[in-house]
Amino acid sequence: MTQKGWGKFFRFYLPLVLFLVFLLFPFYWMFVTTFKSDPELYNLKLNPFLIHTWSLLNVKHLFTQTPFLRWLYNTFFVAITSTVISLSASLLAAYGIQRIRFRGSNLMGIGIFFCYLVPPTILFIPLATMVFKLHLWDSLWALSLIYPTFLIPFCTWLLMGYFNSIPKELEECAMMDGASRLWIFWRVIIPLSLPGILSAGIFAFTLSWNEYLYALTFISTSLRKTVSVGLVTELVRGDVYHWGPLMAGALFGSVPVALVYSFFVEYYVAGITGALKE
Amino acid sequence: MSRAGIESGWGGLKTPSVGLLQRKGVLGFVFTLPADIILLLLLAYPFVLGIWLSFTNTIIGRSGSFVGFSNYIELFHSDVFWLTAFNTVFYTCVAVFFKLMLGLGLAIVLNQDFKGKGLVRAIVLLPWIVPTALSAIAFWWIFDSNFSCINWFLLRIGLLKTPIDFLGNTINARLTVILVNIWRGIPFFTIGLMAGLQTINQSLYEAADIDGATPWVKFKSITLPLIMPLLAVITTFSIIWTFADFQLIWVMTRGGPDNATHIFGTLSFQRAIAGGHLGEGAAISAFIFPVLFISVLITSKYLKRET
Repeated sequence: MTQKGWGKFFRFYLPLVLFLVFLLFPFYWMFVTTFKSDPELYNLKLNPFLIHTWSLLNVKHLFTQTPFLRWLYNTFFVAITSTVISLSASLLAAYGIQRIRFRGSNLMGIGIFFCYLVPPTILFIPLATMVFKLHLWDSLWALSLIYPTFLIPFCTWLLMGYFNSIPKELEECAMMDGASRLWIFWRVIIPLSLPGILSAGIFAFTLSWNEYLYALTFISTSLRKTVSVGLVTELVRGDVYHWGPLMAGALFGSVPVALVYSFFVEYYVAGITGALKE
Repeated sequence: MSRAGIESGWGGLKTPSVGLLQRKGVLGFVFTLPADIILLLLLAYPFVLGIWLSFTNTIIGRSGSFVGFSNYIELFHSDVFWLTAFNTVFYTCVAVFFKLMLGLGLAIVLNQDFKGKGLVRAIVLLPWIVPTALSAIAFWWIFDSNFSCINWFLLRIGLLKTPIDFLGNTINARLTVILVNIWRGIPFFTIGLMAGLQTINQSLYEAADIDGATPWVKFKSITLPLIMPLLAVITTFSIIWTFADFQLIWVMTRGGPDNATHIFGTLSFQRAIAGGHLGEGAAISAFIFPVLFISVLITSKYLKRET
């Protein structure tokens, strides 16, 4: 290789490959473990990085011996309901703050943004006492109602940035024609901001799919658990770790969110960068 | 009523006055109401309730009474608490430092033009997208005491004589959970910083090239100052998230061995939910407040965006 070629190798290809191996290895490991047979898994003589004999027993164990499908459904239910609640509230709030410009709207915008910084580790104990008093203990609705506390701040902030890019003149024209604010919101703003709504929706969906602490705290019945919480509590019994089914669960629990993400990756990246802009 | 349009002091277009709902204050209030109700009821109220609980002896199933500072005094006399405080600070400092360095490094690598850039960028975000609890399970297995594939590899190539007990010994366990946190956090820094790098005007670099500037000088005097505000916001976010982390450690070690990996989040969960002492747990999580407060101050300094 020429000197320039080596330079490019050290500045670009080598770091890129090292980063990708580091970032992707755990997923490869989930995959390899999922499709191995148990004897192979615990045989230290074999190269663990390869599958010598493929086996679907771990997958079968996961889907027939554990309520994994039920957990998937629960996670899905919570992610969808909390996303719908958050998006509706955020759309209205973002429009109100960004476009109606009432007294104190600036302050409210900043206040909602700061809500995003409040970590669940501060809130889960008081929320646990509230959930109990509201008779929502061990109910998925507790999660559907509480997840919006971290989804709304994020979605509102994202949508505020998006609304900002819609020309004011459009609204003013509609207002001249005597349209009401609600009509404008519904017929002008929402259709024009569909990409922003999609970004916010995907973000909200993945964030609620990934939530762990609240789901661990508020849900105790096995059949009502979400994927992340259910896997560890059901497949680790004392000192017995069912690594095969555990990895299968980690793999299949990640697939839905990875799929959603892969279809809308551009919106997702736009979401991060949009939220961080300036 | 006819002054509805200027009532807010904003010199925009006067809206035709039709009714109460046309008044900006009222209308804005109505639009933000659903979000306000949810955030006040389920975020602001529990925020205050948490502070109150930390001054009570509440346990699960029984409402407690005010006990003043006794939860805090008890914590100050407990070795586990001080160990946890040390762990939390250590975990945050080391993890955020490496996330920042590696995240920035990867962002600079990816900022070059190459084939398949979009795909690589999508792949890089995966650790951030996939549920942390699930990838933590994978890492738990990667670092298993008997069947760790890393040990297998290092023994095979002759770098090790005896296997490393990654999660069984206090120092190793600390470093291992930090490594996993770094793994998870790099994508956020990378994608966030790439957005900043893309906005830098290339002609600045060209001008520096003419002056014969080295890559390091270009980085130090062009790149770094221009992405500084973004870098500050991203780092602040990362600090508060890392400081208040929970799931990764809870899945991999539950704070063990010998409380070596307990941080405020995991210790408060253990005391409050597993142990039932809600008051004590609330007092532990109250130690996250100072960092939250500082984060809010720093972000608001850099938050120039006009809302």
